[in-house]
Amino acid sequence: MSAQKTYAEINAKIKAGKAVVVTAEELIALVEEKGLSKAAREVDVVTTGTFSPMCSSGVFLNFGHPAPRIKMHRVWLNDVPAYTGIAAVDAYLGAAEVPENDPLNRHHPGEFRYGGGHVIQELVERKPIRLRATAYGTDCYPRRELNTTITLDDINEAILFNPRNAYQNYNCAVNLSSRTIYTYLGVLKPNLGNAHYSTAGQLSPLLKDPHFQTIGLGTRIFLGGGIGYVAWHGTQHFPAIQKDETGRELGPAGGTLAVIGDLKQMSARWLRGTSYLGYGATLSVGIGVPIPVLNESIARWAAAKDSDLYAPVVDYGEAYPNRIPGTLGYVSYAELKSGKITVLGKEVPTAPVSSYPLAREIAQILKSWIQEGKFLLTEPVQLLPSPADGLKPKVLG
Amino acid sequence: MAPKRIFLRFSADKSEQPIIYRLVKDYDLIINILKANVNPQKEGTMVLEITGDRYSEGLDYLRRQGVGVQPLIEGITRNEERCTMCGACTAICPTGALYIKRPEMEVYFKEDNCIVCQLCIKACPMRAMEVQF
Ligand code: SF4
Ligand code: SF4
Repeated sequence: MSAQKTYAEINAKIKAGKAVVVTAEELIALVEEKGLSKAAREVDVVTTGTFSPMCSSGVFLNFGHPAPRIKMHRVWLNDVPAYTGIAAVDAYLGAAEVPENDPLNRHHPGEFRYGGGHVIQELVERKPIRLRATAYGTDCYPRRELNTTITLDDINEAILFNPRNAYQNYNCAVNLSSRTIYTYLGVLKPNLGNAHYSTAGQLSPLLKDPHFQTIGLGTRIFLGGGIGYVAWHGTQHFPAIQKDETGRELGPAGGTLAVIGDLKQMSARWLRGTSYLGYGATLSVGIGVPIPVLNESIARWAAAKDSDLYAPVVDYGEAYPNRIPGTLGYVSYAELKSGKITVLGKEVPTAPVSSYPLAREIAQILKSWIQEGKFLLTEPVQLLPSPADGLKPKVLG
Repeated sequence: MAPKRIFLRFSADKSEQPIIYRLVKDYDLIINILKANVNPQKEGTMVLEITGDRYSEGLDYLRRQGVGVQPLIEGITRNEERCTMCGACTAICPTGALYIKRPEMEVYFKEDNCIVCQLCIKACPMRAMEVQF
């Protein structure tokens, strides 16, 4: 008997407290122990997790009107500018924004100690935030200046909306040049001094549903410690299955998610301001996606192990910045996690920049929410583009 | 209050003055002189260990007298609240003081192996590694 289940059946079991929920790590062990078919029949939901810096993140804010009213033209939160080219007291604060007087990279490498991501963290921590706005004044919105202090509870709405999160896979970055470089994948020492990678491998959400059979618009997820939803596919969503020269499949890469949720129910443990030396400020985001085991094929993909999943090794000294195509080969997440890989015949120490322990904790939390009946699965309104759609990135002229 | 170590630099005219005496008498500080040196140009350097509640007032006094004051780095600590165990410091740390326990992938800090090179301070994206003075 094949393991065909529906969302409704799985949700009925969740409500009855009878659903079998395992983390992606636990599924791997179960498949090894009992075989795929048996595991697929037994398990209803697989939980995944990732905790990583995700620059394409930010929050839509509605401050409410002061008296007299204002049509904000420029707005700053703790001196970090937010975009207010939308309605009067609406703004979007981006995670990677920095104060106008930040020294940036003038003394390279810049520290980027504070930015939009840090403001978002402090909002969630209910810390007071200085709000400054200027305006040109209209008949209906006469005020020209505002200087006040807000907390997250004082304002109408704060909606986290991240246009590109949860990257399915990422390059393993190395540096072939003879100087230290400062990248969004951390500090890379010269002459292949280290190799940095950035996904949770076998726990990472999109590596577990490579053909987007279950993740789609409206999928309910763990977002920043609260509940969120998949809003759309992320920007730069170009899902594909990687292959080497011989045509051997090396696991998926290229998918991304746009996610949304109410910031007011999130927690600062899972949304943290982050500073990349020489690169910029950002926000580290915790995301967990539940995968319903509707059939055996979904279970098979969800049971992919670190040794089945690969990252391309790319030189960030020269090739990446100049968009020179090609890789220095592929390495599996099992190799990356062993602490060393071989690149161009040289042994290179590896380090992650994405937290595996926190990814594991997210998968566990999501599992317990489902087991306790607090979190039901949603059937997507529409599935996301998959590798079969063949989306390809464009090059800017 | 735990004792703190500071490094002082005096110009020739200051070496003559009873600055240490004032620190003890006016600011109730317990002073332990760990190193002291006066060069042929009569410029002095000194490493002090200071204990007392009015430590920062004492330091302000020294600065007002034109004495160069620099806290000595005591060591490096990890702020456990801030550390997300991402691992980004582990291939940067030259001594393995910051290391990953496998297969759990948890990041640990073994202070005994730390040589206070401070490379991790800015390389840590969460600013979890802190210098202690
Ligand atoms: S880089 Fe910072 S946050 Fe990451 S493991 Fe090291 S100390 Fe912790
Ligand atoms: S100060 Fe240097 S030796 Fe000590 S933990 Fe940081 S990088 Fe390692």
